[in-house]
Amino acid sequence: MAKEYETVIGLEVHVELATKTKIFCGCSTAFGAGPNTQTCPVCTGMPGSLPVLNKQVLEYAIAVGLATNCDITRYAKFDRKNYFYPDNPQNYQISQLYLPICRNGSVEIETKDGGVKSVGIHEIHMEEDAGKLIHDEWEDCSLVDYNRSGVPLIEIVSEPDMRSAEEVIAYLEKLRLIIQYLGASDCKLQEGSMRADVNLSVREVGAREFGTRTEMKNLNSFKAISRAIAGETERQTDLIESGEKVIQETRRWDDTRGESYAMRSKEDAQDYRYFPDPDLVPIVVSDEMLADIRSRQPEFRSEKMKRYKEEYDIPDYDIEIITGSKRMADLFEETMAICRQPKKVSNWLMGETLRLMKEKEVEVEDLRFSPENLAKLIALTDSRAINSSVAKEVFEVMFDTNVDPEQYVEEKGLKTVNDEGALKKTVEEVIAANPQSVEDYHNGKEKAVGFLVGQTMKAMKGKADPAMVNRLLKELL
Amino acid sequence: MANIISDETIEYVGILAKLELSDEEKEQAKSDMGRMLDYIDKLGELDTTGVEPMSHVFPVQNVFREDVVTNGDMRERLLSNAPEQKDGMFMVPKTFD
Ligand SMILES: [Zn+2]
Repeated sequence: MAKEYETVIGLEVHVELATKTKIFCGCSTAFGAGPNTQTCPVCTGMPGSLPVLNKQVLEYAIAVGLATNCDITRYAKFDRKNYFYPDNPQNYQISQLYLPICRNGSVEIETKDGGVKSVGIHEIHMEEDAGKLIHDEWEDCSLVDYNRSGVPLIEIVSEPDMRSAEEVIAYLEKLRLIIQYLGASDCKLQEGSMRADVNLSVREVGAREFGTRTEMKNLNSFKAISRAIAGETERQTDLIESGEKVIQETRRWDDTRGESYAMRSKEDAQDYRYFPDPDLVPIVVSDEMLADIRSRQPEFRSEKMKRYKEEYDIPDYDIEIITGSKRMADLFEETMAICRQPKKVSNWLMGETLRLMKEKEVEVEDLRFSPENLAKLIALTDSRAINSSVAKEVFEVMFDTNVDPEQYVEEKGLKTVNDEGALKKTVEEVIAANPQSVEDYHNGKEKAVGFLVGQTMKAMKGKADPAMVNRLLKELL
Repeated sequence: MANIISDETIEYVGILAKLELSDEEKEQAKSDMGRMLDYIDKLGELDTTGVEPMSHVFPVQNVFREDVVTNGDMRERLLSNAPEQKDGMFMVPKTFD
């Protein structure tokens, strides 16, 4: 009988924190600035410069730790991780090895069979990001931009508790949602504000010892992560089956080719010679600091779901989708605060918003329309100033450009014609032009009315209230 | 000298420090390092049971800054230290990931 294997996976997740400034200096973290225009002596590693910790970084790290059931380290400090690479101007990265800010946490994920599984968090530590290397073909050299150098990161290290790609994705989605709810990061994999390295090993089912693991890098979508896990599981299983050994190494996933390759070992072994950073003083987390951060924790998803269920008369499925993203929940609540119509707001989000997001491939974080404008659109339909098909048209424009629906309807002349005289005239014309349908109607074919309503709406360029058209038709027939 | 530094060790330390040493320099470094380690070994003679490892020499803690942008664009000054530059960036030998 063939041997059965299981995959053992642990993750190292780097999250870029949403602070205005870098972790150890007052340089901006804003995206898209010219190269090296957001740098200073600290983040370019000039001799004699001194780092000072950004308090917001510590608070975000603690907030994430509390939300993931970690013990908060009351006496924490920073260490230097030494290595030479041009993206690292100090020749060391300031990180935390000995006393990381959070330890021993856990996150609950739902498994395929509907059960709940706890994934352990070994630790969360604070550290700085590196600069960006650009390869210059022309000069055959590399160019360095240090704008990213010193951008604050937390690294969340899980225990090797996951056994499949599904569990890994569930864990990442859960982590991402918690961090987004905290406002600590936008966690976009594609843009690199959330990065996951996969530590994976394979062992025979029932074996006590873990197999030799590899670390997979360069995974920038959930799909790439799933494919890399499948690919690496197969590669390691093949090696074991053929009696070869898995080598402990770092591998880079090439998603277009669907395979990984060992990263060139940078001549030296991974010998980082960590030691305490003498430039940074220890952090003592007081009871007050902890209580203060705890009191500012937001309402998380499960609490929100419960509250929506109690306060608003909307279906469970809608609640699940809306609270499934912080941005969607914010849109819902902010629109609700203006128009107080949960059912209608939820319908716009669940219907047209999701439909257009799928059609136009827009991520929820990139939605443009404002709660104010959605509330205005709802008011326009409530007052019957526009009918529902015009409303959908206007919404699509709002979806693309966040146009003010009142202005747009006014400018484009989309208001429903409520002038009964004008409408009556059109209905009469339609009746005169379609004797066959009129006859069908008199012969008991109810469907003929539908055709005549359609013709009238067409003649009115969609700007009529279908209910009124229906009533007038029946009167005049 | 109680600590004898092997050829492999000095080779490895050279790689980590990105230093290319001549044979003479290697011999000199081996004996220097051996003497330094002998000196450090003296500390091992002390009884440190129950002593917390020290993380900082000053009795100072919790030095923070607020999350406020205080630095502007100082690219010109920073790049003026660079041996070579191009397009507002530091130019370095070709480096691969
Ligand atoms: Zn800086």
